[in-house]
Amino acid sequence: MTTTAHHIEPVAVAPKPTVGSHVRDYLGRVRGGDLGALPAVLGLIVLCVFFAIMRPVFFSAGNFANLFTQGAAITIIAMGLIFVLLLGEIDLSAGFASGVCAAVLAQLMAEQGSPWYVAMLAAIATGVVIGLVLGFLVAKVGIPSFVVTLAGFLAFQGTVLLLIKGGTNVSIRDDVILAIANKNIVPWLGWILTVIGVAGYAVVVLLSRRRRVARGLVTEPFAVAIGRIAALAVILGIAVFVLNQERSRNVVVVSLKGVPIVVPIIAALLIIWTFVLRRTAYGRHVYAVGGNREAARRAGINVDRIRISVFVICSGMAAIGGIVAASRANSVDANTGGSNVLLYAVGAAVIGGTSLFGGKGRVLDALLGGAVIAVIDNGMGLMGLSSGQKFVFTGVVLLLAAGVDALSRRRAAATGTR
Amino acid sequence: MSVTPLLEARGIDKRFGPVQVLKDVDFAVTPGEVTALVGDNGAGKSTLVKCISGIYPIDAGEFQFDGQPVTIHGPRDAAGLGIEVVYQDLALCDNLDIVQNMFLGREKRSGLVLDEPTMEQMAAETLAGLSVRTVKSLRQHVASLSGGQRQTVAIAKAVLWNSKLVILDEPTAALGVAQTAQVLELVRRLADKGLAVVLISHNMNDVFAVSDRIAALYLGQMVAQVKTTDVTHAQVVELITAGRSGDLGLPTEKIDSGVEYADTLTTPGAEQ
Repeated sequence: MTTTAHHIEPVAVAPKPTVGSHVRDYLGRVRGGDLGALPAVLGLIVLCVFFAIMRPVFFSAGNFANLFTQGAAITIIAMGLIFVLLLGEIDLSAGFASGVCAAVLAQLMAEQGSPWYVAMLAAIATGVVIGLVLGFLVAKVGIPSFVVTLAGFLAFQGTVLLLIKGGTNVSIRDDVILAIANKNIVPWLGWILTVIGVAGYAVVVLLSRRRRVARGLVTEPFAVAIGRIAALAVILGIAVFVLNQERSRNVVVVSLKGVPIVVPIIAALLIIWTFVLRRTAYGRHVYAVGGNREAARRAGINVDRIRISVFVICSGMAAIGGIVAASRANSVDANTGGSNVLLYAVGAAVIGGTSLFGGKGRVLDALLGGAVIAVIDNGMGLMGLSSGQKFVFTGVVLLLAAGVDALSRRRAAATGTR
Repeated sequence: MSVTPLLEARGIDKRFGPVQVLKDVDFAVTPGEVTALVGDNGAGKSTLVKCISGIYPIDAGEFQFDGQPVTIHGPRDAAGLGIEVVYQDLALCDNLDIVQNMFLGREKRSGLVLDEPTMEQMAAETLAGLSVRTVKSLRQHVASLSGGQRQTVAIAKAVLWNSKLVILDEPTAALGVAQTAQVLELVRRLADKGLAVVLISHNMNDVFAVSDRIAALYLGQMVAQVKTTDVTHAQVVELITAGRSGDLGLPTEKIDSGVEYADTLTTPGAEQ
């Protein structure tokens, strides 16, 4: 046979990657349409520079802390949505699902006098049940997720109204719940968590690298691994340093410094879900079902169970988002989880680089996209723009992100990388 | 036949509603041989394969594997026996890399965590064992592979599990000349390693190039299982198109009476 002429390179003798080849690979991927986090990071930088020039107060420590508390609920909801989006499905009801869960939380505490942990568990359980119902209707009954969750969108809006008895505003008085979005952790604890976080990341990166080297597999260059760890250390270090500055306008009355409590909560959720998605068989199966459902089925994966589970995760995360939102607003009303919450959450996922077509996305996307959304919302607020202008601008950004997704997908198809 | 067949199907019936797709099909495959399964469109080749691999339940008939009667209720049962199918539409996930695809649904873990190094090493060894040298990195997405490379990955995925029977559904249908040669070479190598290989193909050149035995389906019936060296191109084509050729195939009167849907509607033996 003359086929040896077509052979390229033996697997075992693939060239050892260097920093240079690593950078070239990355540029090649970007040119090929695999943009990853690039649009979100670039967008974030451009927006920050723009708002900093227009309103210097944008770059104050106080406003930096505001960004986190403003974006927290949306980011958490977006993290859950990413699981649904990975399957190429959509959950339009996530916003009001978070509202329903927040209402359950508020009413249990206000009317039953339940302790905060009971109310919180009940709220999350409510989210899980909502997810089970949505997932069952999509996967087992076979109604398109768009329709199921659109119906949920309406029905949950009504459920919130029923739960809070019409237009009343149920206030939250529990200190623990209120602390989530309104209190900060003491500065030294912030530093300790940062050190633990960076050290943990370093251990994971270096250990997995060593295991690969030990087996003679192709590994990323040592410099790249160190670079990743250093980058994380620098970003976290700067963020914690800024957040540990005194933010109170009147220090005598109240001291305001430290990392907002939501930040480690978001970080923990990010780590947990990233682990689930990248390091477990379940996560692999989610990607597989999103990439090629038939292939996943033939590989013996229980596709229906995966489809139901992502809705459970999405609604469960929406519940957590709802708790954070309730904490931040100090109350639950008919608008909790309503108005722009859902679109902001979907926007955060898409802006971060998660594809609406399924199969592509990371939990980190929710954080990046959530940051972009929070910066836009916050910056435009500082500039004193009206709600109308804000909605229009956010709509345009969402469209832009979806456009980038569609175009990069087309480019990837043309260059054969996806 | 000197060697005992690895898989023997006896009297397989399969119907979809009123249409009987397989009728009393007998089919045997032998280890170390490539058995070509040929037939016209709609003859029931893919259906037979899907019955063997547990995707479709059979209405009647039985399977024997290694001389033991077995029931196959799903893809996992088939995989458990060592039966692997490489489908026409490949069944690879474009958004996953080569290693991830090869281990899809059967990931190696250490505890809760995926054991990526082990999987990558096993994948590399399997590809090396098949003398595959056409992929640059095991961590590239399947979307970036050529048709031949994708087919190679799909076949490697099938042999990764020490499988005993590999069924290839039209592996060369979408490939160019050079890639077809590569894949056929790989198919031959599988059989030489002692696996039983079933090759579904429309291409007579491919069939005669690699197969040891030819099984011809005609309108859902197995009309002949013969040694490749005993028949000619023309005879096989006749078997495919008319169901008989000289002494081979269905008896004349049976064809004349029209063994088609109208008749099979009333065929007994499909109660299961």
